[in-house]
Amino acid sequence: MLLYKIFVDPFVQMGASPDLLIQTLWEGLVAGMLYALIALGFVLIFKASGVFNFAQGIMVVFGALTLVGLYDMLTHIGVSMPVAAAFIALGLTIVVMFFLAYGVEKIVLRPLINQPDIILFMATFGLTYFLIGMGELVFGGNPKIMISDQLYLPKGSIDLKIFGGLVSLQKIDIAAAIIASIMVAGLAIFFSKTRIGRALRAVADSHKAALAVGISLEQIWVIVWFASGLVALVTGIMWGARSEVSFALQVIALRALPVLILGGFTSIPGAIVGGLIIGIGEKLGEFYWGPLIGSGIESWLAYFIALVFLLFRPQGLFGEKIIERV
Amino acid sequence: MRERSSVDIAAGEALLAVENVSLSFGGVRAINDVSFDIRKGEIRAIIGPNGAGKTSMLNVINGFYHPQAGRITFKGTTRRAMRPHAAAAGGIARTFQNVALFKSMTTLDNIMAGRTLRMHRNFFWQLFRYGPAMAEEVVHRRRAEEIIDFLEIQHIRRVPVGKLPYGLQKRVELGRALAMEPELLLLDEPMAGMNLEEKEDMSRFILNMNNHYGTTIALIEHDMGVVMDLSDRVVVLDYGRKIADGTPEVVKKNQAVIDAYLGIAH
Amino acid sequence: MLYREAGQFKTSYASDQAVFPILQDRIGVIVILLIVFFVIPYFSNEFILQAVMIPFLIYALAAIGLNLLTGYTGLLSLGTGAFMGVGAYACYKLSTLYPDVHILVWIVASGFVAAAIGVFFGLPSLRIKGFYLAIATLAAQFFLQWCFVRIPWLVNYNVSNAIEVPTRTLGGIAVTGPNASPQTRYLIVLSIVVVMTWLASNLVRGRIGRMWMAVRDMDIAAELMGIRLLTTKLLAFAVSSFYCGVAGAMMVFLWYGGAEADTFNINQSFFVLFMVIIGGLGSLLGSYLGAALIFILPILLRFVPPQIGLTIHSATVEHLTFVIVGALIIFFLIVEPHGLARLWQIAKQKLRVWPYPY
Repeated sequence: MLLYKIFVDPFVQMGASPDLLIQTLWEGLVAGMLYALIALGFVLIFKASGVFNFAQGIMVVFGALTLVGLYDMLTHIGVSMPVAAAFIALGLTIVVMFFLAYGVEKIVLRPLINQPDIILFMATFGLTYFLIGMGELVFGGNPKIMISDQLYLPKGSIDLKIFGGLVSLQKIDIAAAIIASIMVAGLAIFFSKTRIGRALRAVADSHKAALAVGISLEQIWVIVWFASGLVALVTGIMWGARSEVSFALQVIALRALPVLILGGFTSIPGAIVGGLIIGIGEKLGEFYWGPLIGSGIESWLAYFIALVFLLFRPQGLFGEKIIERV
Repeated sequence: MRERSSVDIAAGEALLAVENVSLSFGGVRAINDVSFDIRKGEIRAIIGPNGAGKTSMLNVINGFYHPQAGRITFKGTTRRAMRPHAAAAGGIARTFQNVALFKSMTTLDNIMAGRTLRMHRNFFWQLFRYGPAMAEEVVHRRRAEEIIDFLEIQHIRRVPVGKLPYGLQKRVELGRALAMEPELLLLDEPMAGMNLEEKEDMSRFILNMNNHYGTTIALIEHDMGVVMDLSDRVVVLDYGRKIADGTPEVVKKNQAVIDAYLGIAH
Repeated sequence: MLYREAGQFKTSYASDQAVFPILQDRIGVIVILLIVFFVIPYFSNEFILQAVMIPFLIYALAAIGLNLLTGYTGLLSLGTGAFMGVGAYACYKLSTLYPDVHILVWIVASGFVAAAIGVFFGLPSLRIKGFYLAIATLAAQFFLQWCFVRIPWLVNYNVSNAIEVPTRTLGGIAVTGPNASPQTRYLIVLSIVVVMTWLASNLVRGRIGRMWMAVRDMDIAAELMGIRLLTTKLLAFAVSSFYCGVAGAMMVFLWYGGAEADTFNINQSFFVLFMVIIGGLGSLLGSYLGAALIFILPILLRFVPPQIGLTIHSATVEHLTFVIVGALIIFFLIVEPHGLARLWQIAKQKLRVWPYPY
């Protein structure tokens, strides 16, 4: 009876109301794309500089907060048109994110470059808390609302009648999915086709060799950090638009870790696939298996999925097998 | 740690034998159908150009790598692959090419770590320390100090080994291996990076171990002078294959060996 | 000059391997013990005991637990909060199911429960290495926290999902619950923490400590020396979780007097980890120093500014704490990865030759 409940019934339910299934899959897809974006920012930096920037997650939140906070400040000092304020704030935020990324790389990560990964990992935790405290000091601790209207982000939803039921797709979700896909495709093309992209891959492979052929590491890193800051900001806007903007989002940021584990740390397609698996897996698990076990299993399901993967394939889906030599 | 089943090997008989061992990593054949034995009480050198598979061979003997083909016979027991714990419990100890010491621990602690297999006082005695656990610790401390005296490293007893110069680190590593009171000691390039004086010291230690304690020794070494002076028998590997096996004089004159070292195209 | 060891010769290996081989250290420790056991409870007011000393000791114990796992054995754990929670809830259930058994027995027993759970979540360490293992502990953290919320049996079906500590006595004196005085609770916490610290120091100085550190430094070499990796790692998880479990049980029973679902969240895990990092990975003294710094800091922030005329909100205190702690972590990891403990060692070295510079 129990076995039936676990292994058969959820699938029966899925089949029974396919519209609900599609709804759940859709939500998982969107969440997955956003996870993938977080992981992507991380992969970018790691590919280029070998640095584990686990603070990428918190930069997402920080970016969103900065945007909203700057918008508030601008309207307070008298910028009258909301749209203008919004886009000025956006521009300023991009600048802030850039300097933040650059500062983090120079002050925190560069000095630690030869230390074992665990040390870097812990340093970025410290950074995370630092940014949380800083953000709350500067912007105040109450949750805020993303300035979706002012940025012309779509609202409302499209309702589709499928399979005799109703599937409701939030327009903002559609926008998020589209934007995410564009970013990912853009980055993929950038990496493989452009001169700078090739330089980046060279740097990821070997710093010394890249230097030997005349690639400026500094320049590459600046570009990479800017790109990842941008990705973080876009992600933050999307997340914030779908829910609220507060440091509770940091829990989402931690979820980038399982995504990275699934996808490997150095692979862009891996980040996407990992993100989708986790996103969809979470939503499906919560909706169909949740009632069996208890609700809220979303909070830990991602980690369990990653854990199971690690047990069978310690290098992730796309990572390279590590052969230890003595 | 009780050894599972071991036969008492007489001096001169094979203590360890590898038969038809082959090892591959991905597409690379590191060891290709190699067989040789190591007799009890002898000093056996394993030589060959870089990349010949010598370190991989030691790793197979240790149980760190599992060969795709072949067998290993140690003290009468034949296995498809060695397990690290069985190797250690059976009396195989080892030093590494890149000095695998416990860098944050002191010399004394590293050597005491080598005594771990022989320390039996369980967790609860360890919790309380004073009493049987301390008594055991003192017994093994005494043995460790003997090794420290033997290797003349008293002055660096309490120094974290990460801070020591390379030559001393290699000596401490030797001490840690000796602490296991091994029957078979595997040395991976023990003389690498040493000057003449240090080499003479190390050679002296190796000979003393062999004469005094009767330890069987297998060593990988590039310095031909050392190999000729120290070893009883030599096995030569090249590109993963065995190309010679015999006493130093015989091997020295072997044309295939000369070709391999001079890099004559195969 | 004060710290000269000249003339202190050891004539046996046993005395050479004592905890505090240097006489000055030994005297120092005895003095500290006298102060904490006799002076402080007598002279301190309730506030210092309740808000400073008791939690400091509890966190120091948790920090020791985490240090054994992460500092000595090199296995990063982000599940400290959850393991503390396991100890707390286990103690609560045991104590409410069998109220006649001594509370101290249950505090120790809940340590064992936490140890068992710790071992279970430590099993992946056989296959997974380095900071990937952190994922397993993260899974433990979120899963166990979910359990604390979702399993009503744990909170005895209390609707608000919070637990309140019942009164328990020891020799006729109330030790837990609303009637227990801070002095009593302080002395009990102190005794437990002192004993457990002593036990931990015994472990790390002997065979087991060496095995742990060997696994941390170079697990391949350790394995080839005959050290069984899995049992060593699982032992580290067990002992570490035991310590965290006891700390958690004491936190609820002897400090807060109750707990909510959010008490043992991921922030707790991070904070204990920060104590260990700042205090010094691989050092028992460091656990105390780190706990002191991270715990005392917000208290200082809350009470010093009013003394000099500045007002400060409690929310700001929290934010400032995050900022300062985060910055300290980064600072220590870059400048002195061995934390305050190493700074203390360096100070002692200077003291040895003082007043000479070297």
